[in-house]
Amino acid sequence: MPGMNPSPHGQRPVRGGPGIAVRVYRWFALRTQLEGPVKDAALHPVPRSTASWWYVFGSAAFTLLFLQIFTGILLALVYVPSAGEAWNSLNLLNHQIALGWFLRALHGWGSNFMVAIVLIHMAQVFLFGAYKFPRELTWIVGVFLLLMTLGMAFTGQVLRFDQDAYWGLGIGASIMSRVPWIGGGLVHLLLGGPIIAGATLTRFFAFHVFVIPGAMLVFVFLHVWMVLKLGVNEWPMPGRLVHRATYVEEYNHLAHTDGIPFIPGAFWKDLLFSGAVLAAVAMCALLFGPFGPSGQPDPSIIQTVPKPDFFFLWIYTILSYLPPQMETPFILIVPVIAICILLAIPFYAAEGEKSWHRRPVAVLTVSLVAVSWGVLTQQGMTTPWSPHMSAWSSDPIPVSKLEHATPLVRQGAAVFQSKQCRNCHTIGGAGGERGPDLDNVATRLTIDQMRFKVVSGGGNMPAYGKNLSPAEIEALVSFLETLHPANEPPAYDASRRAVESSQVTVPGAKNPSP
Amino acid sequence: MSDHEQQPSGQVEEATTHAATSSHPQSNADPALVSRRWMLLKAGIALNGLVGMALAVPVLRYLLAPWRRDASYNSWVSLGTANDFPTGETRLAFYKNPYTRSWDGATDNVACYVRREGTSAFKVFAINCAHLGCPVRWFPQSQLFMCPCHGGVYYADGSRASGPPERGLFTYNWQIVAGELQIDAGQMPTLSNTAKLVNISNASGDRRCQG
Repeated sequence: MPGMNPSPHGQRPVRGGPGIAVRVYRWFALRTQLEGPVKDAALHPVPRSTASWWYVFGSAAFTLLFLQIFTGILLALVYVPSAGEAWNSLNLLNHQIALGWFLRALHGWGSNFMVAIVLIHMAQVFLFGAYKFPRELTWIVGVFLLLMTLGMAFTGQVLRFDQDAYWGLGIGASIMSRVPWIGGGLVHLLLGGPIIAGATLTRFFAFHVFVIPGAMLVFVFLHVWMVLKLGVNEWPMPGRLVHRATYVEEYNHLAHTDGIPFIPGAFWKDLLFSGAVLAAVAMCALLFGPFGPSGQPDPSIIQTVPKPDFFFLWIYTILSYLPPQMETPFILIVPVIAICILLAIPFYAAEGEKSWHRRPVAVLTVSLVAVSWGVLTQQGMTTPWSPHMSAWSSDPIPVSKLEHATPLVRQGAAVFQSKQCRNCHTIGGAGGERGPDLDNVATRLTIDQMRFKVVSGGGNMPAYGKNLSPAEIEALVSFLETLHPANEPPAYDASRRAVESSQVTVPGAKNPSP
Repeated sequence: MSDHEQQPSGQVEEATTHAATSSHPQSNADPALVSRRWMLLKAGIALNGLVGMALAVPVLRYLLAPWRRDASYNSWVSLGTANDFPTGETRLAFYKNPYTRSWDGATDNVACYVRREGTSAFKVFAINCAHLGCPVRWFPQSQLFMCPCHGGVYYADGSRASGPPERGLFTYNWQIVAGELQIDAGQMPTLSNTAKLVNISNASGDRRCQG
């Protein structure tokens, strides 16, 4: 035991024997038998071209998963998964526990970053043809990991048990109820009972904390295992086609002739990027703080405008633009088809060209999906289809619109406000955007057309015929007729003008129909 | 310690060579003995399978416990004195959901709209939009219900006016008992459990007979 020799004063310890650290290491290495597999994984050769900044997203998603597990456990120390107490415990975390708000913010922003990076990772491996032979199963496991990531984001939104969570569950239940035959039973299973209540939260807690993370860890292990064993996808070169018969041999040749050990060759970029992502999450958490909770989950408070979290806004948008009769088939069928397509991609194109330079359809598909997603999300952020529920009582009619107005026009403006027209229509830049902006409506519609539209509705406008008195309708359309630019006259009906001119005319006066 | 002698891998074939080294030592044992062991192994699998299936029954029963026929969740709850609801008006009313647990917190405070159309003629609407369940708001000035989520609008009688809903508002069965307005409630109204709510035909913009 040379290392243990007491060193006499003034004499250096005997060199050559292993130090205590090395001996501890060997003690464990002998017993765990992990040294070989770990060295294999760390030092396995990867093609030099894969030591690229494009290959860092998977490891960043992996890092974020563990950030989420870590911060999730810390939050679970305080969070109470009870419908009666969850909201209070979140507020306690935000306001009373030292840095509880920061941990909530880390977990919330970590979630957003994780969804984003998983999506980027997916787009990248798709464009690099990484799903082709022999990595088909790696892709399929990845698709399930994406679904589980989204599942974590949704269940996490439910655990933030506030008004948005409550009504978000209501939307989930309403979607579930559209399943033919068993919809009602599925709603009961989703909610754990007949209504959104205590049983709902506990089952979402179980899913968010045990079921999905457990499954994710298994799938992530499998995913990483396959990446290590099959080797990371080489940088695709145009014209270098994948053939089942020869690919493995070609890949190994590439990895050995033009390869570098994974650590440190490629791993340093993964490490730097993961660190940068963690820093970005922390910065967002610090600067923007935690998400919610918004109002308390009390369904008797109906003055609420529920909205899903960022990564589900696109669904919110789709649900507002679908024609009613399309909605149920779309909601029930399209997700299934989309998932089937994702799962089928590696079987459809297991061989052939990997490079995006020669896969225009792949590039166009990714671009189209990305742009559509961006537009739908942007629409979801502004929600032009939602009535502004308090516009009628909070947004004034601009004074300029009422200058020199007749009493009838003023009366019409009052009708416009008090009958909630403003909730869906903008005047002077304020009001709802559900219906058209009415600033210049008189240039588009004649007074008769406006009267018809008000009385019988159409499109997204309810019919006000039974809800307004004839006097109110007259006042309203008189007001609407004044809404045109000073230098642009209101639209008029030529035949009406002819009829009016044949009679004794009073300019500006309304004319009873003949 | 022979495991980590192998080369750093990254290849696919490594796995197969590795599997070959661990060929089983029974190769030249008595075939009868081997087949008996295999038989016992199969018996073990069968036993576990049987126990597993037996256990699956209670587990499934437990998991499916919330799945009930609609009516079993419902019961008559009071919305208060019927005369508190003025004729010709629509009022927001609240009730405690009949099916509840002590840890439900405020989630069992359910809201609904009561419209009194005559001395003993009521309509009780669910708060949930028929589109995706958001809480609709009543505007007495324009006599409309509006949904804040996707802009569904309903007329005062609950029929669909505009927007994405496929049908009118959900309504509850009601009865007057000893001067109290009661409704048959208990579960979140959705498109799939309308059988237990007064059915409004699936046509859009429907208007039920007022008689």
